[in-house]
Amino acid sequence: MHRRKMSARSVFDGAVFMSSEMKLLEDFKRDSHPDKVNLAGREYVGEHGHTTWLPLVRKIKQQIATDLTLTPEYPPILGIPEFTRRATELALGKDSPAIVESRVFGVQTVGCTGAVRLGAELLRSCCCSNSSWSGPILLSSPCDDSLLGTFKAAGIEDVQHYRYWDAESNGVCVENMVHDLENAPERSVVVLFASGHSPTGAELSQEDWKRLAEVMVTRQLFPFFLMSAQGLCSGSLKQDAWPVRHCVSLGLELLCAQSFSHNFGLYGERVGHLLCVLKQNLLAVQSQAEKLVQTLWSCPPMEGARVVTTVLNNPAHLVEWQESVKAIAERCMLIRERLRERLRLLGGPWHWDHIIKPGGLYCCFGLNTQQVEFLVQKKHIYVLPNGCLNVSAINSRNLDYVAESIHQALSSQL
Amino acid sequence: MSIFGEVPQAAPVAVFKLTADFREDQNPSKVNLGVGAYRTDECQPWVLPVVRKVEKMIADDHSLNHEYLPILGLPEFRSSASKIALGADSPAIKENRVGAVQCLGGTGALKIGAEFLRRWYNGTDNTKTPVYVSAPTWENHNAVFSNAGFEDIRPYKYWDAGKRGLDLEGFLGDLESAPDHSIFVLHACAHNPTGTDPTQDQWKQIADVMKRKSLFAFFDSAYQGFASGNLDKDAWAVRYFVSQGFELFCAQSFSKNFGLYNERVGNLTVVAEDQDNLNRVLSQMEKIVRITWSNPPSQGARLVAITLNTPELFAEWKDNVKTMADRVLLMRAQLKEKLKALGTPGTWEHITEQIGMFSFTGLNPKQVEYMVKEKHIYLMASGRINMCGLTTKNIDYVAESIHEAVTTVQ
Repeated sequence: MHRRKMSARSVFDGAVFMSSEMKLLEDFKRDSHPDKVNLAGREYVGEHGHTTWLPLVRKIKQQIATDLTLTPEYPPILGIPEFTRRATELALGKDSPAIVESRVFGVQTVGCTGAVRLGAELLRSCCCSNSSWSGPILLSSPCDDSLLGTFKAAGIEDVQHYRYWDAESNGVCVENMVHDLENAPERSVVVLFASGHSPTGAELSQEDWKRLAEVMVTRQLFPFFLMSAQGLCSGSLKQDAWPVRHCVSLGLELLCAQSFSHNFGLYGERVGHLLCVLKQNLLAVQSQAEKLVQTLWSCPPMEGARVVTTVLNNPAHLVEWQESVKAIAERCMLIRERLRERLRLLGGPWHWDHIIKPGGLYCCFGLNTQQVEFLVQKKHIYVLPNGCLNVSAINSRNLDYVAESIHQALSSQL
Repeated sequence: MSIFGEVPQAAPVAVFKLTADFREDQNPSKVNLGVGAYRTDECQPWVLPVVRKVEKMIADDHSLNHEYLPILGLPEFRSSASKIALGADSPAIKENRVGAVQCLGGTGALKIGAEFLRRWYNGTDNTKTPVYVSAPTWENHNAVFSNAGFEDIRPYKYWDAGKRGLDLEGFLGDLESAPDHSIFVLHACAHNPTGTDPTQDQWKQIADVMKRKSLFAFFDSAYQGFASGNLDKDAWAVRYFVSQGFELFCAQSFSKNFGLYNERVGNLTVVAEDQDNLNRVLSQMEKIVRITWSNPPSQGARLVAITLNTPELFAEWKDNVKTMADRVLLMRAQLKEKLKALGTPGTWEHITEQIGMFSFTGLNPKQVEYMVKEKHIYLMASGRINMCGLTTKNIDYVAESIHEAVTTVQ
């Protein structure tokens, strides 16, 4: 049947082809090399090489599927109240002054990205309603493209960067970071990472955080924390959340985007939370959040949040879950140690302590473009730009190959 | 001073406030005819039997992977959902120029479509392209497009309050006077809130003008199957436009027809000129999704995909949908009969002529207030009622109350 053509030109003519961030993943899938390794994934993978549900999660999902009392109703716009309550407690601690003083509200969001997007939209709405504030937002250097893109898409125009990753030391140069924050305009919003920086994995010590928090109080800076993997860095939920709690204890207002993807293995279900700790005007901000959620996704999906709520509500489940989280964190640390050991044995002038210093999923080798290309094209080892990689995808089967390949990549530039 | 210090209080969303007020009401005769969700004759939410079945299948399936879904969503969901809208034998699908993005409900689909159009339609970043929404329309349409950056959102004439039907002349007039390339948000079937759809002949006239003026058709399809009980019949308008060579978007929601309100299952179907255009569009949409919610949730999409792709389950689903549609039709018929029997002034034909979940009763704001305050029957200020809120047990009370409102309140 011949379709009648409206016109020769498509109305979508203007749209140019956009190469996908997923291209790396697509290339990996198409790669037929037997030794190929994907170290550029966003998920935690187990020793067997794929993502896994915690047995507890599987059990609870089955319970939910057969629970006749659960209704399919539209949830509240801001999500299940029980969920936001527990997520808030998890981040801040049950006895947090902000909770006790009712200066906090939470929004169930579509993953961490959804939380960041909503937070960004809220901040942009402040620009509109408050003529005396117009940004900027400070992002770390480096940061994921998608993070920058999320703020821009929300309409935030004034985005600047603070120095974070230092190639010289293969870690964070706190001096630079402090300097940049001290010189940022007052009331800037600063995006910070609790539970591991993406993409470098580089962490700050508690002493570092104390220094930064002091600067933020003095300069009236507003922290926007990203806590995408609480518990996975140190093995302790409390310890990973320390930077957030410390800022709250100093009386700072802040936003915190949380994800339950990594620490529950619930990637597919998109369970996120945006925490808002304010000094005043809570109800008005909450009402604006509702208004914004309506233009994004109306209300959030239930399945994953129900699982998380069930676990966080039940003391026995909570213990079991905390142990699973600790096990993941410990495995990541073990892989890092083994990687460091292999690299050390392979020789060369390099130091490898920066591999084991932070915990969590990500690790950065500060490789240049040619070195990254070498790894991908010649060794079929897929890493992120800058040579950042997801350590969980390294296992006993590919450890030697990965270590040797990284060694080769670095040696080839000598 | 806090950067959030001057943020103003936003007005509560009317329909949710209505439900909140209903919940607080202690009166035993109270009835909620507000929010658009299906209810059984016992006034309970209904988990479709086929949904319960598939939910269990998913929970017991140990082979499922738990990774992030692709950014554009579950492939088998996207393709089967588009087939539902366009028909499995759609020429456009055969010509490989149909694609889709799994989204967070109908809202999410509208959002992604709007964000794409604002960036890439009618020039680059042309925020001045007029977006037309029906008068009246779902109250969230305006906010979604405005938040996506469109500066000029206008109403097009739709509801004729006088004759309680479609103002076709006004509609066609607004189409004619719209600047070329304007975007029109069209309700695929079961118009919300009026329940009044154009006839096939009227759709043809609408399509003619739109084609001539290169107006962009953005369909909102939240009630497919729910309107007539027949999926294909409810999709006639969208399919007609495709057959006329339109490139278009169709934002589909599976909240109502699967009863999956809480899992946010939506699909943005894209019909493009050819595969090359389609690929470019989808690549840009992927970028937009990445910085909105990154990846969509898997539960609801998996459920729908399994159902649509398994013949026995698909048949069972269609049956469940018909059950819901039939109950609505029954309530419509009974309400009209009761009003006629009571001799309530005015004509009530529109109750059975209108289609889908909602009916625009024609009650004025004072009469609505009477219904809410005196009779504890909650409906929208516009006079919109959700037929699903009616049951064999409350229909007499509601009919009598409408009668009272019309006869005693001017």
